[in-house]
Amino acid sequence: MATVTDVRTQERVSTGAAIWSWITTIDHKRIGVLYFVTSLIYFLVAGFEALLIRLQLATPDGQILNPDLYNQLFTMHGTAMVFMVAMPMAAAFFNFLIPLMIGARDVAFPRLNAFSYWTFLGGSLLMHSSFLFGQAPDGGWFGYANLTSKEYSPGLSIDFWGLGLLVLGVASVAAALNFIITIINLRAPGMTLMRMPVFVWMTFVTSFLIIFAFPAITAALIFLEFDRLFGTNFYEVAEGGDPMLWQHLFWVFGHPEVYILVLPGFGIASEILPTFSRKPIFGYSAMVFAAVAIGFLGFSVWAHHMFTTGMGTIADAAFAGSTMLIAIPTGIKMFNWVATCFGGRIRLTVPMLFALGFLTTFLIGGLTGPMLAAVPLDLHFQDGYFVVGHFHYVLFGGLILALMGGIYYWFPKITGRMMSEKIGKWHFWLMFTFMNLTFFPMHFVGLDGMPRRVSTYPADMGWDFWNMFISISAFGIGISVLVFLHNLVVSYKKGEPAGNDPWDARTLEWAIPSPPPEHNFDEIPTITHRDQVWYDKYGEGHGSAADLSKVDTSVAEHSEEDEEHEVHMPNPSYWPLLVGAGLTIAAAGLMIHILVAIFGVAWTIVSIYAWSLEPASTPPDEH
Amino acid sequence: MSDAALAHEAHEEHPTTTGLNHRKILMWAFLGSECIFFGSLITTYLVYRGKSVVGPYPDEILNIPLTSVSTFVLLMSSLAMVLALAGFERAAGSGADEERKQRELKKGRFWLLMTAVLGTGFLGFQVFEFYEFVHHGLGLTTNLFGTTFYVLTGFHGTHVGVGVIWLVSLLVLSYFGKVKPLDVELGGLYWHFVDIVWIIIFTLIYLIPS
Repeated sequence: MATVTDVRTQERVSTGAAIWSWITTIDHKRIGVLYFVTSLIYFLVAGFEALLIRLQLATPDGQILNPDLYNQLFTMHGTAMVFMVAMPMAAAFFNFLIPLMIGARDVAFPRLNAFSYWTFLGGSLLMHSSFLFGQAPDGGWFGYANLTSKEYSPGLSIDFWGLGLLVLGVASVAAALNFIITIINLRAPGMTLMRMPVFVWMTFVTSFLIIFAFPAITAALIFLEFDRLFGTNFYEVAEGGDPMLWQHLFWVFGHPEVYILVLPGFGIASEILPTFSRKPIFGYSAMVFAAVAIGFLGFSVWAHHMFTTGMGTIADAAFAGSTMLIAIPTGIKMFNWVATCFGGRIRLTVPMLFALGFLTTFLIGGLTGPMLAAVPLDLHFQDGYFVVGHFHYVLFGGLILALMGGIYYWFPKITGRMMSEKIGKWHFWLMFTFMNLTFFPMHFVGLDGMPRRVSTYPADMGWDFWNMFISISAFGIGISVLVFLHNLVVSYKKGEPAGNDPWDARTLEWAIPSPPPEHNFDEIPTITHRDQVWYDKYGEGHGSAADLSKVDTSVAEHSEEDEEHEVHMPNPSYWPLLVGAGLTIAAAGLMIHILVAIFGVAWTIVSIYAWSLEPASTPPDEH
Repeated sequence: MSDAALAHEAHEEHPTTTGLNHRKILMWAFLGSECIFFGSLITTYLVYRGKSVVGPYPDEILNIPLTSVSTFVLLMSSLAMVLALAGFERAAGSGADEERKQRELKKGRFWLLMTAVLGTGFLGFQVFEFYEFVHHGLGLTTNLFGTTFYVLTGFHGTHVGVGVIWLVSLLVLSYFGKVKPLDVELGGLYWHFVDIVWIIIFTLIYLIPS
């Protein structure tokens, strides 16, 4: 641990060195923090866009945004929330936690991990830079052809979107490959697949979904950009092209993407609920196989987004059926979570409140799923606010609440300080209440026929009351986010010291100091049980008072003995950043001038060579 | 190889959970992802088959004998790749027998070069084919056939090009003692994958009449 202290003292010496150490870092924990901070900033940006949209819709015939700006805001709200908030926030948890949970010192490819982050940052900045030119993407997050064609979307807005997403796709696939290899190959001795924490399993399934779903949208985006930049005919109806091709390729990616977004939330809830119920997760293997089943089925349901496109009754029926099948594994998960709590000694801490909030709202969002999967109903719901209500229940109620719970749960491990429970409870109740008040009435106006993606509505439709209600509630969510930010800052500065295991938790990360040393484990642990840390503390018992006396403190003593133990860590590197920058320049170059694009490609190639020829770590004898 | 480099090499060989090398699993997983990418491109070609509203159409322009030759060249490059890997593996396994090691390394390098040469030959055929097609009035934007054909075979050709650069880099690095059999094996996995994709493309686009 001496080395960690050294690093910190150096950082205090000069800000320049501190910034440089973040730029060149390949430590999975620091990269996790980078992902977290970046996605939090995008969360505020995309949330602000949502509030502007709600201001516009608060009254009929709203005059605050013109239709052009409205299109840009709902497009960027959706795109940013999916690709720049939900996915990277989940990636922040993957990065920080996966090596700790499986007993590894880092991910399998630390520099590739840094590359994923910098490429994500490059792609997201490229897309957001469009605001500077007043040409933010305005084709919706789904970017349907042929609205996105050069004919109907002249200018660069769609190019910012398409090229930005291509760069983000590279980042996501690289990160997913890294986690797959890490989980397959870097588990501590004895950590069999079926002893892994459920969160690790969810990451594993999510990563496979990413590597198999993203190539489809990559192909679709390449076709789109070829059409726009070089005049090809992929989506050109006059040349025999079919805009349906875009929809199929997009949703072959887009529906697995829904599970890419929500499975990390499942994983977080599956860690929080057992800890605060003081019981192991109920039906571990059922949880694992349900997630794998969701992963497989997720690829067979994409056309349920396309019931109104006239695919024919047989295709409609098949996709409706496969969609409803997904309710089975999801239902298994719901029942297992409830059964985990059942009979447990529940502690209603803030992470637990968020996990329970996730359970209830995700259930509501989940129940409207089979409604939407029913073709006759969907024909009515399509492009209306009922759908908006449904997916906000799933993504805000399901994912964001789970992520918030995860932040409260692991903040002590990441920073060494507890988050304030008092402010946290305010945060939870405000967010949970206003979230429901915002998104539930959307179902009502949806059933009343209010369309989505339209910048205004006339006064005589009977939608006035609920829209005003929704808009006021949305600002309530905004206030809850401010409370959350306040809590983050206050707790980071003055939170109570956390200690190794503040929650009396179950998985490996709680056996090491908070924050963990750079090399994570002084000695790689040997695993004999699921919930190893719980077993080390209580044996086979359930943590009753009698068990507490048997607490084995040898783990803590052990690490102190090993203080001099020197662990060899890989070197920092700036090449991952430069490769990511090169890719971003190449993508931007396609909008500026072909020479810039060639320059970007050359930059990328040179950086890749420098990266592969640079030694990953200093040989021990030169250390 | 210097002692430091040897120690470095030993350091990299951490035991892994499965006993398989990280990079090897990475390559397999990456190729799995690539399958979906090429799957999307090939499916798009098939969906748009016969949908072009103006000519030239595939049966007027595809030169099956010529492409059969280029396919043969690419398939032979896979054979050369196998021999290159065998050379590097035997060199690494020859222990203290320095003479045998150098001999096998020489074979490995020769076949590596041959793989790159045959790959470049395939690219030459492709450039010639594209040139001929443009001459016959089929451009990238002429019709759906041109669009889907050039983008699909173009992306495949780019993959072959990346492979050639990779092989040449391995060849150069091998003179500095920096290439282990695993490095060649990873390049080989990629190379064989690109080959297999071509077999599918050749069958679906050229051999099955439209």
